[in-house]
This record gives sequence, structure tokens and C-alpha cells, in this order.
Amino acid sequence: MTSEHGHGEQKFIWKYVFSVDHKTIGIQYLVTSFTFLFVGLCMMLLMRWQLAQPDQPFPVIGDLLAKILGDDKMPTGVMLPEFYNQLGAMHGTIMIFLGVVPLGVGAFGNFVLPLQIGAPDMAFPRLNMMSYWIYLVGGFVMLSSFLFPGGAAQSGWTSYAPLSVIAPPGQTVWCVAMVIIITSSLFGAINFIVTTLNMRAPGMTWSRLPVFVWAQLVTAVLLLLAFPVLEAGALLQLLDRVAGTSFYIPKDLVVGATVFPRAGGGNPILWQHLFWFLAHPEVYVLLLPAMGIVAEIIATNTRKPLFGYREMVGSMCLIGVLSFVVWAHHMFLSGMRTSLANLFVTTTLTISVPSVAILTCLLLSLRGGSIRFNTPMLFALAFLPMFGIGGLTGLPLGFAPTDLHLHDTYYVIGHFHYVVAPGSLIALMGGLYYWYPKMFGRQMNRTLGKIHFWLTIIGMNGVFFPMFIQGMAGMQRRLADPTAQTHNLPVQWWSIPMGISAAIIFIGQFPFIFNFFMSLRNGEKVGENPWEATTLEWACPSPPPHGNFVKTPEVHRGPYEYSVPGRKEDYWPQDEAA
Amino acid sequence: MNGFNWGLPRAASSYAHEIDFLIGLLHWVMVLIFVLWGIFFVYCLVRYRARDGHRGTYHQTGENASLIPDALVLAFEIWLIVAFHIPMWRAIKQETPNEKDSTVVQLVAQQFAWNFQYAGPDGKFGRRAASLVSASNSIGLDDSDPDAKDDITTINNLHVPLGKPVILHMTSKDVIHDFAVAEFRNKHDVVPGMSTTLWFDPLFVGKFEIGCSQLCGLGHTRMRGDVIVDTPEDYAAWMKEQAADKAGSADASDVQPVAVEKKS
Repeated sequence: MTSEHGHGEQKFIWKYVFSVDHKTIGIQYLVTSFTFLFVGLCMMLLMRWQLAQPDQPFPVIGDLLAKILGDDKMPTGVMLPEFYNQLGAMHGTIMIFLGVVPLGVGAFGNFVLPLQIGAPDMAFPRLNMMSYWIYLVGGFVMLSSFLFPGGAAQSGWTSYAPLSVIAPPGQTVWCVAMVIIITSSLFGAINFIVTTLNMRAPGMTWSRLPVFVWAQLVTAVLLLLAFPVLEAGALLQLLDRVAGTSFYIPKDLVVGATVFPRAGGGNPILWQHLFWFLAHPEVYVLLLPAMGIVAEIIATNTRKPLFGYREMVGSMCLIGVLSFVVWAHHMFLSGMRTSLANLFVTTTLTISVPSVAILTCLLLSLRGGSIRFNTPMLFALAFLPMFGIGGLTGLPLGFAPTDLHLHDTYYVIGHFHYVVAPGSLIALMGGLYYWYPKMFGRQMNRTLGKIHFWLTIIGMNGVFFPMFIQGMAGMQRRLADPTAQTHNLPVQWWSIPMGISAAIIFIGQFPFIFNFFMSLRNGEKVGENPWEATTLEWACPSPPPHGNFVKTPEVHRGPYEYSVPGRKEDYWPQDEAA
Repeated sequence: MNGFNWGLPRAASSYAHEIDFLIGLLHWVMVLIFVLWGIFFVYCLVRYRARDGHRGTYHQTGENASLIPDALVLAFEIWLIVAFHIPMWRAIKQETPNEKDSTVVQLVAQQFAWNFQYAGPDGKFGRRAASLVSASNSIGLDDSDPDAKDDITTINNLHVPLGKPVILHMTSKDVIHDFAVAEFRNKHDVVPGMSTTLWFDPLFVGKFEIGCSQLCGLGHTRMRGDVIVDTPEDYAAWMKEQAADKAGSADASDVQPVAVEKKS
């Protein structure tokens, strides 16, 4: 391993393209996943237009869209329901598997985790590189499905069988791409676990690990244990589609007016069990890295130790364990034996307790601080109430009697978007503002950062909050045109302010993109430790050289020794000798 | 908790009020928690903002006290499960009313319509077979089965009488659908290859929209229907008319099954 970062000069292609350096790979993940997030955002804009103005041509660029996308998607700029379903499925898939997970784990985990534990690189640098390239290929395969006859996957990001099995070829591509992406995640997960277990600097005991590292470790374990189940599930679905098997197809299926030519014997609910056995831990894969980032930013910018380090770490581990026994709360009404709901309601409501504990600790961390309101801190602070709304609205969904009304309505969409978008994603954006100086040796522009923050937060709330109102009225999710059903009409008008808010989010990303690239050249130059933080990533140059630390740091104290009485500076880095 | 109903549609089934009460209770608690958190949050941001000569506090206090919210949440949730979830879930989902005192209808969902099968005067449901499905026999009713002779089928309209529970035995021909009526506060997936059950006891005469709550393909958005709750007299009259139609068409020709105009 050490030979990987011993040599000095490297050719461009090995340094920036096929790099084995965890920092370069992290930045590759960062740029790629933000690009995918932007693609997913554009899809959302198209859908929001259709929902606000059903069956009206898309404004201004409608003709252009018609030309680019073709007559089977948006003829004359009006969205066909098939295309709406494709966008819905692909928006979800892209945002989760190609956007937020690679950003939280691939980008920040890769860049920050080895630095925070004082390691020169990941344990398996080549595996790390492979993980990125496989992810990129998986992403392209996933997007390419739009080019297939009948278009991309269109059975929801959940791809419930048998709809997904009888869907056009794009669904086959979805299955293949999922297998590729999951393989990439598994390589990453193994790497993170081994690195954290074996490559901590001397003195970096478990109780001195930053919360972010704990979050990444728990996340990696979740990925390692949960993803293979979906990989197997996706392979079975692939076989059902291409090899004539019927794992998910029951006997006597009649599609159109003809009997589906399969022996049957399969069960559609099997897919749901396999899918949600991954997809619920997945929620915490989306959430834990974000919580870790928020903890780091809050500790640094309150200038005091985090409140309840042990409680927070313990809660994260408990979430990790419990997240494996809550999956069927997505399936109360699926046809699964109804009495099973009793068990899953209990586990689901139980998992809210460690989440409340983490949020309480983060809130109490503010008490007694000296709070600096810089750009990353704005994002981290916004995470708290936004995740609060996301978490609280999970209560009536996880509680089966109220879920009877709210299940599969816009209320659900509002709930998980509050968790993932103004929750996780906002925290991840804050992470970029926080670690950008470490990545590139320069600060991002503060004014543009604040514009980005406010437009994004206002836009997101404008899109997601009315979803609770629409859901309460019973508006179902995944309707290409909600006005086709009269009970949706009283709350349909909300879709107009929601569409405008979506446009605000879209506009709000341009200051961010501009800021990112402009600051590479023009940002204010910074030294090792611009935020006066304590963890090890701030003990090496910005940007860190190949191999990270000039000499292996030695760790003397916990991660958040801020405002220690009797010291002149209000921070005491982990590696500073007493 | 009265007065403000959180934008819920009219409560039109026997258990809807109980569910609404819970939705209201949970949301008031959620608002309370959020407001308390919010007040503390804003207080901290103002009170502990960075100022010259001001340092953070190193020593933490109240670590044990911080567990109180967790304990309160846990206690509240256990109370919810024991006092509400277990009895309500048993009554609504785990048990169904006695079939003898109920209107029993079979539902066969398909892309993108709801087919309802009534047992007719003999009270026995006729056999269905996938191989018999055709454009004019959308549920594949087997006319050679004596029980099927008087069975009545409708598309997208579920007529039921007021005053007794309705039990639906549901299955699907093709993909998963979900029978949902917002006013009744109930829904359940309709799954191919198996039978699921949903029951409701309507409180009012009228029309209540059925929506499909599970993505079922390109026509998902227009997969709708109506539950038409009639007075017992109107229902009996409607049923009589249907039975006469069925008998008439059966007499006219044994090969032609009832063709019902397909709505969409």
C-alpha cells in the first residue's frame, strides 16, 4: 500500500483520471454525483410542470423538448403518461442511487474518512478506484435506458413486480444498472470498514473517532448487509424478464386479454420484501453521513464539544441494527398477512427513539456555544428543523391506523423528501462548503453561498410542504394527471406554487455551480485549518498531498476539544502534543 | 381537536372518525414538539451567537436530563400502540364482519378498470378462469358453472346498500392495484395470484370516488371508479333490474355474455 503513494511526479491521466488516491476519487465522486443530482432535478422540473399544468405544452422550450425527446415522450411539448412514469422512476433512482448515496459515502466518505482517522489512503486504493468507475458505468447504463424502445424504467423507483416484469425493455436496463451500481457500493463499503478498523493513526481509539467516521462506519455496514439482498432481487427480476423464469409472477396472469405465457408459481410480494429489506436501511444510508456532517459542522462552529457524543454514537449504532427490522412498514397494505403489522409498527416506532436522541443532542450542542453563522453552518442548522419535519411526519405513516389514509398519498412523498432533500442533501451541500477549503485550498464565496442556501431552502419548503396538504386530502402519488380524479381537485391548485418553488430550486443551483468553479481559481486562499477545527483532516495541508500527512499524526485527545478552560486558543487539535 | 380537520375529506365510514381522531392527535403532538424544539432552537441561535469576548462552554451538563424527551416519545408511542393500534388494526384489518350480515362483492382489478362481481340471487359466486377472459367477459366468468348463471358484473361502479358492512374480496388479473376510497379512510393492495380483503360500513348515501393507489402503468391516473351507496330500497331495485337484464340476455342467447359498457 505504501508504494502507492511513495513516488512523486505522476502523469496527468494517473493523477486525475485513473487515480487511486482517495482524495481524487472523492472529488470525482463529488462532481459526478452532483451532476446526477442536477439531472434528477431537471426531471423533477418537467414533472412539476405536468402536475401544475396537466397536458399543457412545456413553456418556452416545449418545441425543443418535443424535438429532442421524440414523439413517444413529449409530442408537441406535452408529456405523455408513459413518459411521466419514466421520469418518476428515474428521478427516484437517480437521486438515491446515483446522487445522494454516492455523494454522502463516495464523495465525503472517501475524501474525509481517511483524513479524519489519520490514514495515508484507503485500505484498498485500487478497489476504491474500481468502485468509482463501476459506479460511473452504472450511471451511464441507467441513463441510457431512455434510448430504448418504450423508454426508461417506468414502474416507480420501487419497480414492483409484476408491472416491472411486463414493462418495456428499459426495465431490463434498470435491473442491469442496479446490479452494477450495487456492486460498486459493496466495494466501497468493504473498503470503508477495513480502513476504519485497521488504518487509524496511533492514539485514535474508538472513543476519539469523530462522529462523521462513526456515521460512515455504520453506513458501510448497512450497505454491506442490505445491498446484496437487493442485488439478488434485481437479478431475479432480470431473469424473470429475460430468461422466462417466474420468481415474481403468479399463475394465470392475464395481461390485456391474453394469458401471460408463464407457468407461474411466483409471488409479487416476494419482490417487495427483498426490495424493502434493502430500501429501508437505505434511508439511513442516505441519512447517517448527513448527520455525521452536521455534527462536525456544529461542533466546529459552536466552539464547544458536541453534546452527548456517546449517546449520539450509540444511537447511530442502534439505528443501524433496528433499520434491518422495520422494512415491512412499507407493506402494511400490500397483502402481507395483516397481523404482521403489529410487529413492524412496534419496531418502526422504536427506531424513532434513537433518531430523536440524535436530534436532541445536536440541538443541545448549540446551548452554551459561541455560534458562528458561516455558510456551512447555515446548511447544518437548517438540517435540524427540516429533518425534524421529515422525522415527525414519519409518525402517522409508521403508525398503521393513520397510514390507512395516508399510505401512497402525497403525504408520503412530502415525508421522505423532507428527510432526504432539505434533510440529507442540505447537510451534504453544507459539507461541501465546509470541506471545500480542504479539497482545493480555497474558500467558496460567502455571498453566493448564502444566495444558494436561501433559494434552495425556500424552494424546497415550497415544493414539499404543500405535499402534506395534498396527501391529507387523499391525492395519490404517481398520478400523471391528478385532475383525472375528482377528489383531488380541491387541492390541485397547490401544484402551481409548488411548480414555481421547483423553479426557484432550479435557479438557486446556478450560484452554487458558478461558485464551485469560480472559487477554484479566485477563492480566498486558506491554510491548513481555516475553520480552527480540531479533527485530523485539518492537520494536513490544503489540499493534502498524495499520502496526506507529512508524518503520521499521533492522537492525544477526543475529537471536539473546543473552548477548553485555561487555554488561550478555543480549539485543541487532536494531534497537538499536550 | 374539533373544528379543524387538517384538510381531511368527509368521514364516510364507520371507522373514519376514529382514524381522523388519531390523525388529529398525532398532528397536534407533532406541532407541539416542533414548536417546542423551534423555540429552543431560535433561543439558542440568538442567545449563543458569536460575540467578542464570548467563549463556548466546555463542560456539559444535563446529559441524563437529555434522555427525558426520548423517554417521553417512547412512552407516547407505546401508549399509541397499546391503546389505539392494536384494537383498531384488529377491528379494521385483521377481522372482517360476519359475511351473512354484509354485502359481499368480489373485485377483479385490471389495467385500468375495476370489475365487480355480485353473487346474484343464489348468493353463490360463480367460478372464474383466466382462460375465459375476453373483451366481453373481462373477469373470465365461467358460464357453464350453475352458480355463475345469475352472477352480476359491473365495471367501475360498486353499488352497495346503506346500513350494513360491505366486504370486498379482491384480486387482480395483471399487476398490483390498490383500492382506495379517501372518504372511507381505507385502502388495500389488490394483488394478482392472491386474494386480499377490505371492508367498510358506509355512513351516508352518495357517490364516493375509488382511486388506484398503486402505480399500475400508463393509465394509472385514470383508473378510477365510484362506490355508489344507495338506500336499501334503491339498492334492491337496482339489483332487481340487473338480475332481469342478466336473465333476459341469458335467455336471448346462451353464447353472448353480458356486455357492460366500459367506462374510462
